[in-house]
Amino acid sequence: MTIIKQELRQGKASLLIWTAAIGFLLMICIFIFPEIRGDMDAMGELFASMGSFTAAFSMDRLNIGTMIGFYSIECGNILGLGGAFFAAFAGVSILSKEEKDKTAEFLLTHPVSRARVVTEKLAALLMEITAMNLTILALSLLSMRLIGESIPWKEVMLLHGAYFLLQLELAGVCFGISAFLRRSGAGIGLGLAAMLYFLNLIANMTDHTKFLKCITPFGYCEGADILDKGRLHTGYIAVGMLFACLGIAAAYWEYARKDMH
Amino acid sequence: MNAIQIHDLTKYYGKTRGVEHIDLTVQPGDFYGFIGPNGAGKSTTIRILLGLIRPSGGGAQIFGLDTGKEREKILGRVGYLPSEVSFYPGMRVKELLKLSADLHRRDCGKRSELLCERLQLDTTRKAEELSLGNRKKTAIVCALQHEPELLIFDEPTSGLDPLMQKELFEILRERNKEGATVFLSSHILTEIQHNCTDAAMIKDGAILASGPVAELSRTGTKRIRVRGSVDCGSLAGVKDLHGTPKGVDFLYSGDMNALLQTLSKGDIQDITVTEPDLEEVFLHYFERGDAI
Repeated sequence: MTIIKQELRQGKASLLIWTAAIGFLLMICIFIFPEIRGDMDAMGELFASMGSFTAAFSMDRLNIGTMIGFYSIECGNILGLGGAFFAAFAGVSILSKEEKDKTAEFLLTHPVSRARVVTEKLAALLMEITAMNLTILALSLLSMRLIGESIPWKEVMLLHGAYFLLQLELAGVCFGISAFLRRSGAGIGLGLAAMLYFLNLIANMTDHTKFLKCITPFGYCEGADILDKGRLHTGYIAVGMLFACLGIAAAYWEYARKDMH
Repeated sequence: MNAIQIHDLTKYYGKTRGVEHIDLTVQPGDFYGFIGPNGAGKSTTIRILLGLIRPSGGGAQIFGLDTGKEREKILGRVGYLPSEVSFYPGMRVKELLKLSADLHRRDCGKRSELLCERLQLDTTRKAEELSLGNRKKTAIVCALQHEPELLIFDEPTSGLDPLMQKELFEILRERNKEGATVFLSSHILTEIQHNCTDAAMIKDGAILASGPVAELSRTGTKRIRVRGSVDCGSLAGVKDLHGTPKGVDFLYSGDMNALLQTLSKGDIQDITVTEPDLEEVFLHYFERGDAI
């Protein structure tokens, strides 16, 4: 537990900033919905006629004049991208920072096994992601209540559940990458998250690129699909969780054998 | 059972040599010096002992435990002071000391307090605000507070003022008297000569000599100071030959009769023959790369 506590303490400021930023933007989006609801029919028609751009964001299959349609696009992008960036950044930094900041010599000359270091750091990472998602979910639900909207519980929970799984997948993969790095991997983590986001946009544009949804976790976070089917795509999620598990396994393997500098 | 046993230890970083075929034994209760110039392989050896890096060949045991396979058990009995100290930013000294104690699963409060008092360490300061000396002091307390059986200190005095250096060696001697083994790496030879009972000398990744410090100093080499004029240029065994205002000064490790014959041909007013100090002998051999 000592390393978990230490990690949570070290990551506290970053977690608070990311949570506050995403939560604040989500609340703003929800608060402006009643004011722009009236314009949404016209805007919906406009958005629906922009070809590939419309398809990329699935706006041809969502009614943004409804709370949940609007929420799945606007808020989904904020939570999707913001959450992905946070998970990737936290995951790719958590092991490598010990060598980058030269604290590995302090930590690993204490009687703790490297497997324990990896386990406790992974637990801390999962706790941070869970705490961020629960806080943001609570803020979203509170905001919907405050603007007098009825809460579409099932849809909201499915959307948030999908984004939570997306963050777990990215964190797991980046955690694996982190074990191989000696310097900051922030660029790699954020770049990977951005690339996967754009891969999903490309996958939405044509049928030929649909296979990309198997690769990018944003594939199973597609609001239009979730609202349409009323469930998550278990196939994509299974592939995603497999990637996460492979990342975590790679972290255990590499961290146990690598030379610490 | 030896405190440290190193056997045929080799480490390469890619194609770069770290250490090659090192053999070294440190007995329990030793105050052991590990001397060598920068880049000789001292830190590499220590990092292998602590399980931070894996050897390319050979191996090492601490208290009979393999450093690669039983890291956790070994580190519970070891206190380590790195040559360069880095801590987690944002943490105060007392939090760092508590973190170190927690990682050892020990309550080190009283011992820590005593050490901080002796080293005059302010525990309320934040790590990033600390000077090099205070960072070093914090690391010293971390290494000593759990009362380990083996102390591995890498360049312990860098950054410490002379008074603190004296206090540190006082503490180390006390711990040594209480039964702890001290393994001290340094390139400052007087530190080793004044404090250690045994030592090993490393250069270019290989051990040049090891044994009791007193014996290492007795290498058969003498410092010869001659007042007068004499030509020693052709004499075998002369090293570090240089002129002085009134004569010549050199280290001599050759045949004594040959020296006397040569001196008898000169015009000598005075001659002194002394044992060279450890630093003199070691530095000379480091420069030449000869084994003692």
